[in-house]
Amino acid sequence: MDNIIDKISDISGENIYACYQCGKCSAGCPSVEQMDILPNQVIRLIQIGRVELALKSNAIWVCASCFMCSVRCPRGIDLSKIMEALREIHLREDIDHIDIKDVRRENVYELPQIALVANFRKQTG
Amino acid sequence: MEQRIGVFVCHCGINIASIVRISDVVKAIGDYPGVIHAEEYKYMCSEPGQSMIQKRIKEKKLNGVIVAACSPTLHELTFRNVAVRSGLNPYRCEMANIREHCSWVHHDKDMATAKAIRIIRSLVEKVKLNEELEPLAVSITKRALIIGGGISGIQAALDIANAGYEVILVEKSPSIGGHMAQLSETFPTLDCSQCILTPKMVEVAQNRNIKLYTYAEVDNISGFVGNFKVNIRLKASYVDWDKCVGCGLCIEKCPTKVSSEFEENLSKRKAIYVPFPQAVPNKPVIDREHCRYFATGKCRVCEKVCELKAIDFEEEDKVIEEDVGAIVVATGYQLYDIQKIGEYGAGKYKDVITGLQFERLLSASGPTGGEVKRPSDGKVPKRVSFISCVGSRDPELHKSYCSKVCCMYLAKQAMLYQHRVPKGKATVFYIDIRSDGKNYEEFVQRAQEEEKINFIRGKVSKVYEDNGELVLHAVDTLSGEPLEVRTDLVVLGIAMTPASDIDKLTKILKIQSDKDGFLTEAHPKLRPVESLTPGIFIAGCAHFPKDIPDTVAQSSASASKVMEMFGHKELSHDPMVAWVDEDLCSGCGICISLCPYDSRVLEIKEGKRIATVNEILCEGCGSCIAACPSGASQQRNLQDNQLLKMTDAVLSE
Repeated sequence: MDNIIDKISDISGENIYACYQCGKCSAGCPSVEQMDILPNQVIRLIQIGRVELALKSNAIWVCASCFMCSVRCPRGIDLSKIMEALREIHLREDIDHIDIKDVRRENVYELPQIALVANFRKQTG
Repeated sequence: MEQRIGVFVCHCGINIASIVRISDVVKAIGDYPGVIHAEEYKYMCSEPGQSMIQKRIKEKKLNGVIVAACSPTLHELTFRNVAVRSGLNPYRCEMANIREHCSWVHHDKDMATAKAIRIIRSLVEKVKLNEELEPLAVSITKRALIIGGGISGIQAALDIANAGYEVILVEKSPSIGGHMAQLSETFPTLDCSQCILTPKMVEVAQNRNIKLYTYAEVDNISGFVGNFKVNIRLKASYVDWDKCVGCGLCIEKCPTKVSSEFEENLSKRKAIYVPFPQAVPNKPVIDREHCRYFATGKCRVCEKVCELKAIDFEEEDKVIEEDVGAIVVATGYQLYDIQKIGEYGAGKYKDVITGLQFERLLSASGPTGGEVKRPSDGKVPKRVSFISCVGSRDPELHKSYCSKVCCMYLAKQAMLYQHRVPKGKATVFYIDIRSDGKNYEEFVQRAQEEEKINFIRGKVSKVYEDNGELVLHAVDTLSGEPLEVRTDLVVLGIAMTPASDIDKLTKILKIQSDKDGFLTEAHPKLRPVESLTPGIFIAGCAHFPKDIPDTVAQSSASASKVMEMFGHKELSHDPMVAWVDEDLCSGCGICISLCPYDSRVLEIKEGKRIATVNEILCEGCGSCIAACPSGASQQRNLQDNQLLKMTDAVLSE
């Protein structure tokens, strides 16, 4: 798929253009203080074709998928799925953010296995 | 009868002629049996085209005419009038649609030409069997029924009554006036709502052509355009209004207090009450549900104090019948249920109120005498937050439409609050500001520039109480700043919905409403005040949320439609209706259940059940004809044998 906006719509199953920028998602977001840009601005950047700025933001990684935005959105957009789609796009670039060689032996013993597996799933392509 | 049919083929400029070879069509159809004349012209609907047809009808003694051109929806009436002017029965004139059904939808010239010939041939066969019909005459009762006594119904009633026709105005609450009577001052001029409304209410009461039934509801309606029979239920008020002079002593002495609907539950009224001091009529009613006597069998204080013996606990509802020729539905709106907006704590926090409640707090005749005091503790709020689009523009959870008036009234309320509490701080949360009326945008700009009201672009996500204050979670979408706003009072610009009993009324009236319950107009642009049922018109917020100027304009438009109808001696009805061959009818009644217009009625004739047709009600839809198992139901000029001949003519080589 050439068009990145179509790709986001396809992965998330959400219609980016349904958003009319009321800001209710951002107003209710419990993690908004930690975000560099607001959740509604993430959608806005996609709408105006500046997806690279949305991908660069920390907001998409801070989002905890608590669904507060989704249940209150008047246009029925599940914003958490769009956040997830943006994370997916990063991960599908096949970039490994961590190498198994670099994990220290004591960490392997100390960390719960599930945390290690989750970490590799999230940080490797 | 010798068939002398003339066919007139129109080029419609290049619309038809560029695809259909007109001269080939004229030649082919000229040879068809029964056709004695065929001719073409560039624009048949033009004056020379019409004159040409008129001339030929006389010259060639034509007794049937087919105009092969556009859709009959567009020009059937034009050419039937040509027939009338030439002394030919208009129902012996038909249109063959070779534009929408042929040239506009095909590219291949040979095939389109052949198809045009077939279409015209089938119409020739139809005209051969067409009867000479006359329009059916329908008498009109020149009285109008207006349902709803708000500003919309008041305006329609006054217009019709002042034109010299009788009007019956039915209002379900004890007084006319509607929501407009509750408003403080109106945008964008800030004139007092009651000051401009009450003279009109009095005018209604004093107009000799208006019969006013308040505390009454429409129970049933039968009949049809020009001839409706209306059953009106006059609810028992337990007060003889002929005897009562409205002294108010009964109200003063009544021991029971209940929430006042007129004051939007911000204050109490008695169980025997007049909704507001300027009510028309200014006569009390007893609220049976809350009256102590009706609940416990003891009290009757009102009866004891009334020197005129006007109280009558034995009174019962009365149903009366009125004949009317036209109906205007002006049942208005109500606010969307505030309890459904959970995240704003509406219904839970006393200081989260609706726009209508705030109107009462601003009103000089309201529960606080026009001083803005918050409901919880009666203190003057130092900070008031107004939230727009509450329940509106929210297809996911509430109503998808824009309620149209909230932007303006919230700006107005913020302004009035600022006038009443000069040191107060008004904040308006909005998504978009819709100020599309005369002097509306200037009004909003005044609120921003001169009154310095803070307009924040962003929807509030949550309202909660903290230490006696209300806290709003919002975001300013323009700066990207998350906001936590502390405030003393929250006013919601909540969605408007149709009156709660609209569904019952649409069933009684057999008119249509949309998914949200608003009444459907006959055409969204060209017939905005007519319903799809002839003789029933719509006005005001029953149609869609609208402000006072729009409501008044639409109500006057409805009134003028009624007057247009009443200007005729009688109405004429299309004679192309169903009829029944009584020898074939078995009285099975299938047609009766199918008829959407209630025009089929079972009658006993000489001991035999016959499903007869009320021709005036019949709209010629053909449902009964298609369903009739014995072929007894037929439609004039669309008989079975005509349809068979037409089909043959289309299919034969």
